[in-house]
Amino acid sequence: MPWPIDALPFPFELGFMQRALVASLVVGVFAPMIGTFVVQKQMSLIGDGIGHIAFAGVGAGLLAGVWPVWGALAAAVAGALGIEWLRARRAASGDLALALFFYSGIAAGVVLVGLAGGLDAGVLVYLFGQPLTVSDEEIVVIVGLGAIVVATMLLLRRVLFAVVTDEEWAGVAGLPVGLSNTILAVLIAVSVVAAMRIVGILLIAAMMVLPVASGQLLARSFRGTMWWSVGIGVASVVTGLAASRVWGLAPGGTIVLIAAACFALVAIARRGQALRLRAAGSGL
Amino acid sequence: MAAGELAAMPRSMGEVLIEADAVTFGYGRTPVLDGVSLSVRAGEFVALVGPNGSGKSTLLRVLLGSLTPSSGTVRLFGGPPERVQRARIGYVPQRPSLESAVPATVEEIVTSGRLPRRGWWRPLRRADREFVGHALGSVGLSELARTPLNELSGGQQQRAFIARAFATEPDLLLLDEPIAGVDAESQRRFRESLTHLIGEHGAGVLLVSHELSAVAPYLDRVVVLKRRVLFDGPPGELAAEGVSLGIHPEDLPLWLEGLR
Repeated sequence: MPWPIDALPFPFELGFMQRALVASLVVGVFAPMIGTFVVQKQMSLIGDGIGHIAFAGVGAGLLAGVWPVWGALAAAVAGALGIEWLRARRAASGDLALALFFYSGIAAGVVLVGLAGGLDAGVLVYLFGQPLTVSDEEIVVIVGLGAIVVATMLLLRRVLFAVVTDEEWAGVAGLPVGLSNTILAVLIAVSVVAAMRIVGILLIAAMMVLPVASGQLLARSFRGTMWWSVGIGVASVVTGLAASRVWGLAPGGTIVLIAAACFALVAIARRGQALRLRAAGSGL
Repeated sequence: MAAGELAAMPRSMGEVLIEADAVTFGYGRTPVLDGVSLSVRAGEFVALVGPNGSGKSTLLRVLLGSLTPSSGTVRLFGGPPERVQRARIGYVPQRPSLESAVPATVEEIVTSGRLPRRGWWRPLRRADREFVGHALGSVGLSELARTPLNELSGGQQQRAFIARAFATEPDLLLLDEPIAGVDAESQRRFRESLTHLIGEHGAGVLLVSHELSAVAPYLDRVVVLKRRVLFDGPPGELAAEGVSLGIHPEDLPLWLEGLR
């Protein structure tokens, strides 16, 4: 497939780097975007839990001879709906509901992958991510799923915001609390699967949460937090990919480390700013 | 002229917004409400008071339809609570502040209040933004619209929640302990915004509170609840029983505690 961005400079001058860049940019946009709602809902680890369930789907796909991405999508959506069902009925606390699915998912994944022939490179790309080997077909899936996530969130952002911010009020006001939570759970599942090939199942929650951790320090509104987080997500994937090419590092991990470094820098800068303001105040 | 005097004639003819008739409710075998009857009409400002554990919050949940009474009936706008058009109800929950992991501005919170009226799936229009601006103005928060909610004082946050309820243009406003521990400026704004909603828009207000000194002169009725309704009438009659709502803020809470 000819790439229209042939003219990109080093380190993105080669076709495989350009494919990695396109797929990673999409992840850099949608993961922090949905992450803003996830962090506000105080379920920062849900991406991790659903990632582990997706791993069971990868195993099931390999065993059944189906493309593992479809297996992961089916398992992640079913798991997300299950967690939300338990949480909404208070059959288990959010934390315990997550743990139940989290451990069952990873255990099923281990058993299914074992039955399908064990851990090999084909499985490791889902566990740890590998954007450099992403195929055209995978890019189409990542872009397609990412577009669904972004479009749904932009369309429903106000009601999702109202529900994740104040569920009690939203219920009394007649807003569709159950439907909003279900849509959010499905979007998280779709995001996990779409990001799985890039940063890996084990690091997926990081791309939802770390840019938001920086964004909420930089912004003074929910909307501002979302756009700052997307900016940091995009900057992290571009820098991470470039660094991995230059120094031969694992790209998924490098992207996440850069997002974490961004948070450290922002947090230190904010702390410094607060201290300077305090010093200026006491000097008056 | 006090709103209470105004209420004496035409407003008492207003539509019955809430009508609870002999409502009984219990958690397991513990009775919480016993034959409670209560009504609020359009244009009426009613306070519901009672000692801790008297069933105020439970009654509010029953009125909103989130709890079903074991006997008796509740009607909102003349129909069963679960069928009511929710945009007609404004609700201010009992909460000193909103724990928010991500900063959210006062304006973002208040804008949520338009969704029940506009339809949550529809985009907001200029008219909606004008309503939000109007709601912010009525609680005196226009200048803090772009400020993150968690940088505001407890009283200012409560006013933001009231503005969110106003933004829905409710016919009936239910407030659960909204002014506990709120500063004097916020109390004044609170009082002005409620009397504005009642006077200008003809809404009915049911205020659950311990602390009525800020609004006492404007109340049409006070309902004292302790599992049953012990008193339902104008504040003047309660004063005749030796309970002052207006002069000493601690009078009512002390009297209520004595009811235990």
